[in-house]
Amino acid sequence: MNDALDVTLRLLIVFAVFLTFPLIIGQTEHKVMAHMQGRLGPMYAGGFHGWAQLVADGVKFAQKEDIVPAGADRRIFQLAPAVALLPYLLVLLAIPIGPGEGAVGEVIDAGVFFVLAVMGVGVLGSLMAGWASANKFSLLGGLRTAAQLLAYELPMLLTAASVAMAAGTVSIPGILDAFQWWWLPWQIVGAIVFFVAGLAELQRPPFDMPVADSEIIFGAYTEYTGLRFALFLLAEYAGIVVLCGLTTVLFLGGWHGPWGADGLGWVWTLLKTAVLAFIVIWLRVTYPRLREDQLQKLAWTLLVPLSLAQIALTGIVKVVIS
Amino acid sequence: MNAVSAALTTAAADPHGFLSPTGVEIAFLLVGLVTFGAALVTVTTRQLVHAALWLVVTLGGLAVEYLLLTAEFIAWVQVLIYVGSVVVLLLFGLMLTRAPIGRSPDADSGNRWAALTVAVAAAAALVWVVVDAFRTTWIDLDGPAAGSTQATGASLFQNWVLPFEALSVLLLAALVGAIVLSRKAKAETSSPPVNSRAATGSSPSVPDSRNHPDGRNNPVEQEGGR
Repeated sequence: MNDALDVTLRLLIVFAVFLTFPLIIGQTEHKVMAHMQGRLGPMYAGGFHGWAQLVADGVKFAQKEDIVPAGADRRIFQLAPAVALLPYLLVLLAIPIGPGEGAVGEVIDAGVFFVLAVMGVGVLGSLMAGWASANKFSLLGGLRTAAQLLAYELPMLLTAASVAMAAGTVSIPGILDAFQWWWLPWQIVGAIVFFVAGLAELQRPPFDMPVADSEIIFGAYTEYTGLRFALFLLAEYAGIVVLCGLTTVLFLGGWHGPWGADGLGWVWTLLKTAVLAFIVIWLRVTYPRLREDQLQKLAWTLLVPLSLAQIALTGIVKVVIS
Repeated sequence: MNAVSAALTTAAADPHGFLSPTGVEIAFLLVGLVTFGAALVTVTTRQLVHAALWLVVTLGGLAVEYLLLTAEFIAWVQVLIYVGSVVVLLLFGLMLTRAPIGRSPDADSGNRWAALTVAVAAAAALVWVVVDAFRTTWIDLDGPAAGSTQATGASLFQNWVLPFEALSVLLLAALVGAIVLSRKAKAETSSPPVNSRAATGSSPSVPDSRNHPDGRNNPVEQEGGR
């Protein structure tokens, strides 16, 4: 019975993180973007610096009418937001926040594979939405999403494989246990490639060609309203949490800190994740959108060769030091 | 995963009777039925994109079956490669060529009986071979996972290196072949406009648009050419 309680508690905690962290990142994005552009951002909702803006947004979304276009494929149209959102919840289960087995939702033997596999499934939601909307902008968005996923999945996998080679295990807690500080310079190229490819997989600016609002309205999500649209937005921000968390635990040492603070591992994980999330927002404000062909070119001619080079470097160093 | 591991620890108390109804075996059977049903719908549905989505259910069901047999590594690779990449590629191809909403009346072929015969024959041969080969092999679901990443890697790179390498050479050959074929096709489609004057003003992608239900041109090529 104690086991069941333990499992329930872990699931509840992961679920709470899943519900709150994306909102925190969303609110941070509102404020950071505003200040970078010389604005104030939300100031009224909730009183203090508009802290409750996203709660108000949520209420607004819940009040809107849920419309399914007449020509749409009803069931798939309605199912798509869930398919887009749920994988990120599953991935959160596998990300350890501190040392030991107590600080991870579930220890998975092939954790790296699990995480990448499930993240890839999330994109199916965008594809389903794009096709089922019966709208040419949505179809274009779906096509671009698929092309983007196919291009950026490969460098992501290769760089994750490089870390797994360095650690000699594909379990995420195992990778963290094996982490040394000099892995940081050793795997830095892989880290950057992984982060950039992950951004592209989430369709975040500057890789937001599939949802480019100023030219194909909002891509696959053109026809969505109300809560279902909010679920897609939530999926995007949950994706940021997952990507930053993954980059932290795979490349930046997760709970390892420079002063070896015992018991404060979770602070380091959260701090690194927050800094990465800030960078995600910063990139959105800084860079213009990449064109579709530039996007493909970046993946195939830059990221894939870089990740292959990183694997070669990892292999050579691994052989030399062993 | 929690549910699965919980099921793994609670089930399989008594040693192997034939189809002893332990929790894992019941789950295995149920998931198998769902997988089989999804596979049937995949090949019988008249809606092309639905077929691709049912294929997701089928392949996901197979992954769950691997999980139940403690082959965790194979399960995640199955999801990664098939659900994450092959089906996405399939959907991409469908959307690029023809993906009408609703039924496709021509999504049927006169070969359905021949296809059924071949499918049944292939299934019978596979079931017979597997049953004959692994009749006396039992997986201990309670012990250490027989299909963990370590076990799979060790057996792959100790006992099966040669087939593995042969397979990678085969895949490389297929890759090179695909590139060669696509380059050749490109040269052929681009050469007629040079020779004939009738082709002025028409893009090479026009023959494709005839196949499309709504008469849309190939969107990706338009994007790329911009």
